[in-house]
Amino acid sequence: MSGIDPMLPFDVALALALVALSWAVLAAADRFAMVVLFIVLGLMVALAWVRLGAPDVALAEAAIGAGVTGALLLATLRHLRGPEAAPAPGPVRWSVAALVAGVTVALGAVVVAVATAPRPEGLAGPVRDNLPASGVEHAVTAVLLNFRAHDTLMEVVVLLIAVIVVWAVDRGLAAAHDPAAGPEADGLGPVQAGYARLALPAAVVLGIYLLWAGAHAPGGAFQAGAVLSAVGIMAVLAGRWRPEAHHRAWARAVFGLGAAVFVLVALGVGLGPGVAYEYPPHLAKPLILAIEAAVTLSIAATLAALFFGREPAPVSRSRGRRP
Amino acid sequence: MSAIPIPASEAAGLALMALGAVFFVAGTVGMLRFPCAVSRLHALTKADTMGLGLVVLGAAVMAGTGGAALRLALIWICVALAGALGAQLIAAFVRRHGGQWPETEASATEMPDTGTPEVGQ
Repeated sequence: MSGIDPMLPFDVALALALVALSWAVLAAADRFAMVVLFIVLGLMVALAWVRLGAPDVALAEAAIGAGVTGALLLATLRHLRGPEAAPAPGPVRWSVAALVAGVTVALGAVVVAVATAPRPEGLAGPVRDNLPASGVEHAVTAVLLNFRAHDTLMEVVVLLIAVIVVWAVDRGLAAAHDPAAGPEADGLGPVQAGYARLALPAAVVLGIYLLWAGAHAPGGAFQAGAVLSAVGIMAVLAGRWRPEAHHRAWARAVFGLGAAVFVLVALGVGLGPGVAYEYPPHLAKPLILAIEAAVTLSIAATLAALFFGREPAPVSRSRGRRP
Repeated sequence: MSAIPIPASEAAGLALMALGAVFFVAGTVGMLRFPCAVSRLHALTKADTMGLGLVVLGAAVMAGTGGAALRLALIWICVALAGALGAQLIAAFVRRHGGQWPETEASATEMPDTGTPEVGQ
């Protein structure tokens, strides 16, 4: 070992690419170019997480940060019809520039200090020691679904609130743009439908695998939910499925399912012998898997509904609201 | 480095990957240099699919096990399928705009949603 990591040139190039891409996202004059650059940035960030040895975060970043967020941004772009609204860049304000420079230097100093400081033990040791009691063999899943389950429940609730707000805001709009759906918009029916026929079943299998793998390897509810939401998005885009008004009751039920199962398990454990979220060890794995399965369905439905962007309304109503 | 003997499989894998990288560079040069949207697409999609195939082949040779090779082949198939769909969507979009990529952003908002997360990656 010569002392220099052979991956160092790659890591340096990746870090420089991240900075350059971040700058390019902000500096792009065209909104579509911005979104595309943002998706590329997300994929590079996922690669950086792989290099940092955090495959769970990398999977989440690639599926949610780059994939679903990119799709949401493109859907948003579709709603923003009209002339270019981006203001011309004004002169750089020295106060702002000084603030940015100060924050950058301070953050850099913190990063260097943290990287060079002797490493405290942190929580890795306690997590490792208590892993056998968690019901799963993968430390990240043990932390997310057991040791700090309350935080994860709150994340699920945030998504639920997001979709409620989107549906409520859409109701208040006088004229909403018709959601992006159906192959007729692109005149590519057969190609898209053929792709959907091949890719959607494979993606469903992949999503279920990610959910199951989360117990002992990188994966879990959020990654699986994002992949399954991509199935919903593809199905809508390829015209395989069109949300109808009578789907609303089912959609609401699935949106709330994850949070409901999570809360019921926590309350059930809390009202029984133990404290909320303190699953009995022999039941921990089935309980965690039940929660994860419900949360996966909720995340998938919620993200797909966010892409669709509105409450599926009766046809007459949506026709009446078009500009 | 020349003093260290490299196993034949590793050397073959590296050679395949290097050849794949050449295809990627060629596709990128084509995308930057070719005059219109469709010819750029032509350069990019074919060269990248070939380049990725060679990189995947090289990685499979280096990995050595059948399971890893199968998974790598699956990755290549998924990317090739998604790339083919993306290319078709972009080409159809360009054709609707008279064979040119539209310059103004107002018309670009009719974009096909090619940013849909690719399955299997």
